Amino acid sequence: MASVTATTAPADELHVYEPHKAGLPKLGPYFRQLWSRRQFAAEFSRAGIRAANTQTLFGQLWLVLNPTLLALVYYVLVSVLRRNAGGIETLAHITCGLFLFYFVSGSISQGAQSVTGGGKLIMNMNFPRLLLPFAAVRTAFFRFLPTLPVYFLIHILAGGVWSPQMLLAVVFLGLTVIFCIGMAAIFATVQVYFRDTSSFLPYLLRIWLYLSPVLWFADEAPEQFKDLMVLNPLYSLIGSWTDLLLRGIIPEPKMWFAALAWAVVAFVGGSLLFMSREREFTVRL
Amino acid sequence: MSVQNVSITYRTTFEAAPTLKSTIVRLGRGERQVKVVDAIKDMSFDIKPGTSVGIIGANGAGKSTLMRALAGVLPPSQGRIEVRGRISALLALGVGFNPNLTGRENVILGGLAAGLSRSQVNERAAEVAEFAEIGDFMDMPMRTYSSGMYQRLAFSVSVHMDPDILLVDEALSAGDASFKVKATAKMAELMEDARAMFLVSHSLGSIREMCNEVLWIHKGKLIMQGSPRRAIRAYTNFLKVGENAYTFEDL
Repeated sequence: MASVTATTAPADELHVYEPHKAGLPKLGPYFRQLWSRRQFAAEFSRAGIRAANTQTLFGQLWLVLNPTLLALVYYVLVSVLRRNAGGIETLAHITCGLFLFYFVSGSISQGAQSVTGGGKLIMNMNFPRLLLPFAAVRTAFFRFLPTLPVYFLIHILAGGVWSPQMLLAVVFLGLTVIFCIGMAAIFATVQVYFRDTSSFLPYLLRIWLYLSPVLWFADEAPEQFKDLMVLNPLYSLIGSWTDLLLRGIIPEPKMWFAALAWAVVAFVGGSLLFMSREREFTVRL
Repeated sequence: MSVQNVSITYRTTFEAAPTLKSTIVRLGRGERQVKVVDAIKDMSFDIKPGTSVGIIGANGAGKSTLMRALAGVLPPSQGRIEVRGRISALLALGVGFNPNLTGRENVILGGLAAGLSRSQVNERAAEVAEFAEIGDFMDMPMRTYSSGMYQRLAFSVSVHMDPDILLVDEALSAGDASFKVKATAKMAELMEDARAMFLVSHSLGSIREMCNEVLWIHKGKLIMQGSPRRAIRAYTNFLKVGENAYTFEDL
């Protein structure tokens, strides 16, 4: 089953199972297997998306309706709090950051369920479990993609700027994806040990949303907290994304550096944590 | 297949649902709920290709843990297991991951996870459906299945993944009498291609019928490796129940 490469004849496959050194499986073969099974992650996530909305009236349309309605809710909230609505530019700002935040929060909540939800599969089969959080992030990403046209529509309606700098936002989207994979792996692991994690998550994510530059701009951070802001990974990731996409402003170098650092730390830390606990998943489910 | 000095220990919790709250409460009382389970202790054996191995033993002997280790699902804590060939395991019943997906989608996902290519999987899906006799239900969500269909599909998937080594844990209880006959025949057919099979069962009757070698394990130790006749006799003597029709059905 654990074919080293897909082309090896089954009869020649030799599997050796040995204790993990320092709690980690051998990284080389692990990542080779991970790569050779990538189709599984893709299909797993595709099938999940298909199944998710089959029983609702609007079906796949909810992928767009959901975040858009949420953006409108926050628009109303911000208008009430600030007393001056600020028109459609504010809506453009909120949708820009919120849709990306929605991707992050989707990755985390899907990721948290990915291992505990994959019960039978984990009991029966030997495959790199890291595929499960990967699939969760893929699912969240494909839910995020259809919201992009909605944003650009609002961007046009708001008469937003169009500049070549906007293309650089792709860099921050990429870093966010890497960051999300790490977070999904971390929360997937934690969920196995503490099944109430997914109940805490909505509140955690809500607070994280308010602490991140979604309803406000990155340069509007309160003076006394300005230095602490880099401790929030989403400050650099979402802040720079919004600056580039909405206003065409190229972020300061420290934002680039912080975003890159957070993405790498989350990805490496998350994968290592996940892999070191992977063996126990079988007996903990 | 060769198993050399394998020990398996794992830490687990005996809580029904591990939660943060219960962990905090326990920490406050200074208790630890995590127990270390020594499921397999220093076990060694070799199995030649083409052997059909039955594993017997009382509840909690480590049968299922051994099967998980052979399947690579639970790597050993010590020792080394070498397995040559493609493994297909039916350890926990059910192929399903998502009851909202159709049987076909679930079968395809299972095949991809097992490392088969997309075209191989599509090919197999039809065979699987036919063998499991679930007809049109193949393209219906699995939440609409009866439990018999569920089990038949699971068994069918594991024998159609072109395994060199088939690991089956108590799965012959799946389905009705006619499916049992069919399942037995299919396993015999797999055996003819000189593949190995491991069968865990409490039904000594099916072990005697299908296996040509028996491992008796008790409390994580290999007590006996031998012919079904000898091992089963020793085992039933050990249990002091004697061989009667009842034990052959279900023990």
